[in-house]
Amino acid sequence: MLTASRLGKRYGDKRVLRGIDLELPRGGFLMVTGPNGSGKTTLLRICAGLARATEGKLSVEASRGAIGYLAHEPLVYRELSALENLELYGKLYRIPERRERIGMLLERYGLWDVRHDRVVSYSRGMTQRLALCRVLLHEPELLVLDEPFTALDAAGAELLDAQLAELHGERTVLVSTHDPDRVAPLATARLALA
Amino acid sequence: MRYFADVRALARKDLLLELRAKDTLPAMLLFVVATFVVFHFSLPEHSSRLAASGLLWVAILFTALLGLGRAFVPEQEQRVLDGLVLAPCDRSAIWLAKGIATLAFLVAAEAVALPVFSLFFHGLRGATVAAVLLADVGICAVGTFLGAMAVATRARDLLLPLLFLPLAIPIVVGGVGAGVVADPGKYLAFLGLYDAMFALLCWASFEYVVTE
Repeated sequence: MLTASRLGKRYGDKRVLRGIDLELPRGGFLMVTGPNGSGKTTLLRICAGLARATEGKLSVEASRGAIGYLAHEPLVYRELSALENLELYGKLYRIPERRERIGMLLERYGLWDVRHDRVVSYSRGMTQRLALCRVLLHEPELLVLDEPFTALDAAGAELLDAQLAELHGERTVLVSTHDPDRVAPLATARLALA
Repeated sequence: MRYFADVRALARKDLLLELRAKDTLPAMLLFVVATFVVFHFSLPEHSSRLAASGLLWVAILFTALLGLGRAFVPEQEQRVLDGLVLAPCDRSAIWLAKGIATLAFLVAAEAVALPVFSLFFHGLRGATVAAVLLADVGICAVGTFLGAMAVATRARDLLLPLLFLPLAIPIVVGGVGAGVVADPGKYLAFLGLYDAMFALLCWASFEYVVTE
């Protein structure tokens, strides 16, 4: 599903990623760890197709519409409601029966009762839950999750644990995390950036 | 057909955001009316119609710039542009939808501004109104494209006018020309040609603006 060879990235004179080799088969689960500034986000952005590597080669066997990317920011409009945001993405991703899918995700992530409220009124944890709904909406083949547990409370984190366990083996997953113990039981591959 | 469904969904979102936040249109309206008031008092009492016609285009251009500067702010705030760029739709749909929404705001501002101009200065000919509408299309096509470029930089507020104003000179030439000559046909055709050429160029190259 994902093969990288000597992957690197420079921003001008600054090198943020160097010599990454990885191979992740379909259904694999890669855990990426490393301190702040080690290039985790850059690597994930490259894998999601949002940035280009300046060195090496990357091959991703998933089309743009089959990738789900969770960033540090939720990638949702603050002045729209959860429902309006997911409706917009649902239309752009041409999801069949999107209303049912959106309803199911909002219910599962505990946002159904606030679905008509504007995102600006949400807490950081609720916004992160909505971001997860956005990522899962189109049932992507490749999930690229950049520190997905950030801002989630215990209940939210448990929901995500359950979701990842459900997707394990069925979808290909890349997760960067500062909490390796949480994700390690699911990981089929590990990459530690320095 | 799917392309236009994407454009409709994205443009509808932009109009809804403006309806909620009221960030752009009220500012454009206040700015254009205030500009005419300032011009009214700064022009000598018996100034020519030609001078006033020139000021109309200055006001329109800077009002548009105000709207264009805010066009991609909602996308920038939460990096939503990344989310839109990842969606499997043609990326030019993002440009077209944003252009349509900005055009709607500009036309709405002008619906108030043109009568105010008539009140303060002189009545407007049909050719001038037609020129304004044609110019709006070109302004929004080019301005939306440049707005997407500028929003990715730290010097957004500086970069957009620096890039946009030189490209808007033909619009001013066509607009002023159509408003003052007896036969405005060739100036209106010039504006139409500008619109078609730049819209095509921006449509075709927008993908390279929003991807690294």
